[in-house]
Amino acid sequence: MLYINCPHCGMRSQNEFLYGGDASVKRPELNKEVSDQEWDNFVYNRKSLRGKHLELWQHISGCRQWIKVERDTATHEIFRTFKADEEVA
Amino acid sequence: MQKYSIFNLVKNAFSNHQNWDLAWKDPTPKEEYDVVIIGGGGHGLATAYYLAKEHNITKVAIIEKGWIGGGNVGRNTTIIRSNYMHDENGLFSEFGMDLWRKMSQDLNYNVMFSPRGIINLAHSDAQMNAYARRGNSMRLNGIDAVLLNREQVKEIIPMADFSDNVRFPIFGGLMQPSAGTARHDAVAWGYARQADSMGVDIIQNCEVIGFDVSAGKIKGIRTSRGNIKAKKVGLCVAGSTNILAEKLNMTLPIETHLLQACVSEPVKPVLDKVVTFGAGHFYVSQSDKGEMVMGGDLDGYNSYAQRGNLPTLQHVLTEGIAMMPFLSKLKMLRTWGGIMDMSMDGSPIIDKTHIEGLYLNCGWCYGGFKATPASGWTFAHTIAQDRVHELNAGYSLNRFSTGHLIDEKGLGTKTWIS
Repeated sequence: MLYINCPHCGMRSQNEFLYGGDASVKRPELNKEVSDQEWDNFVYNRKSLRGKHLELWQHISGCRQWIKVERDTATHEIFRTFKADEEVA
Repeated sequence: MQKYSIFNLVKNAFSNHQNWDLAWKDPTPKEEYDVVIIGGGGHGLATAYYLAKEHNITKVAIIEKGWIGGGNVGRNTTIIRSNYMHDENGLFSEFGMDLWRKMSQDLNYNVMFSPRGIINLAHSDAQMNAYARRGNSMRLNGIDAVLLNREQVKEIIPMADFSDNVRFPIFGGLMQPSAGTARHDAVAWGYARQADSMGVDIIQNCEVIGFDVSAGKIKGIRTSRGNIKAKKVGLCVAGSTNILAEKLNMTLPIETHLLQACVSEPVKPVLDKVVTFGAGHFYVSQSDKGEMVMGGDLDGYNSYAQRGNLPTLQHVLTEGIAMMPFLSKLKMLRTWGGIMDMSMDGSPIIDKTHIEGLYLNCGWCYGGFKATPASGWTFAHTIAQDRVHELNAGYSLNRFSTGHLIDEKGLGTKTWIS
């Protein structure tokens, strides 16, 4: 069982959360010419890191907010959690 | 190579089975090979076998970080089927079914192929319509499919829950009678033994650290046991594809996720089909030892852990008990996990790459085991001829750019949702 520290609600079990994928993926900017490669990178291509991975989760059975979680994909250790709009240093 | 036969079995019995030849050797890596296959799993071993057998290329090495057959070919639930709707998947898998039927004779190794049939249960009228459509598509591609109504399903699997007040009543199902199971380890070992006998070097405990690429052409690989020159290199490392791709500065339409499976204690024969639950993700068959072999959803978040987490297992087995209540009486014997290449459309990639002499075989999602022979056969063709075969032409890497996706389930790019 993973325990995720929701920045809004505190420590909760993974059963309350829904996974949302790689949080480092950025949608191409609006009002700008977007190349096919940029769209591919946004829609399909993923680094899928082994080790520290910044990812989105939604606290669906709690505050329903999207949050960012920094987790190790090999050991499942969770290092830090952030609000969705928080910048990750 | 020593042939496995009843006569050799009797002969060796007189010497207490102490004098059998080794099934494969443990060679030291040579300086150079025509083809290096990275990954000694089912697909890698099959590729090496078909390179030698079909294309007469025997200066081949298989480089395996751990031991052969220790990854997903040893961790799957052994299901073999070709019940796909799309032409690319259907024709590819049906070609594989032919190879499965001949495999034990071909490899002189009993892979215990058991074409017992698979039933996908339907739990609504809409699902029956969808199955009718898929069944018709399968039959157009020459694959056997039978649409069963509720009574017919009940006759075949009376132990499923046919009571009136269930949440997901069984409306019927789609059966592929020629689908089945096989002994997974035997598949790896059978391919390894034959490949070795034709001159392929199977090099275990050898990790790939990097690649030598110059002027857009592959020159060789760097490993924990030294550098190896190679004219061609094939990647067959499902679960670790992203890690090797990173060393090649490639970003692929793949995420790595964890899938669990489990077996119950052995019980007397009760189920002679593979059965899948249609209102979720759960499948079950009974092994020859009597264990109920079960699996279902991914753990649901990127993982390289090769071991699972209990909430998913509980969720999957809840579905199992909803489908076949007697499963609740069984004790769990073992659970385990394997890491999957989840591609963004649910279909694999067998293709050339932008680097000359580098070939890619990945993205098998949860369907890699059944594809072992067809994947090895087409990948060997792609490497030997330096062009894709018509069977794997659809499994191109650039289909994600061109929009020619093969999305069997229509799930889109959220690979962890199933």
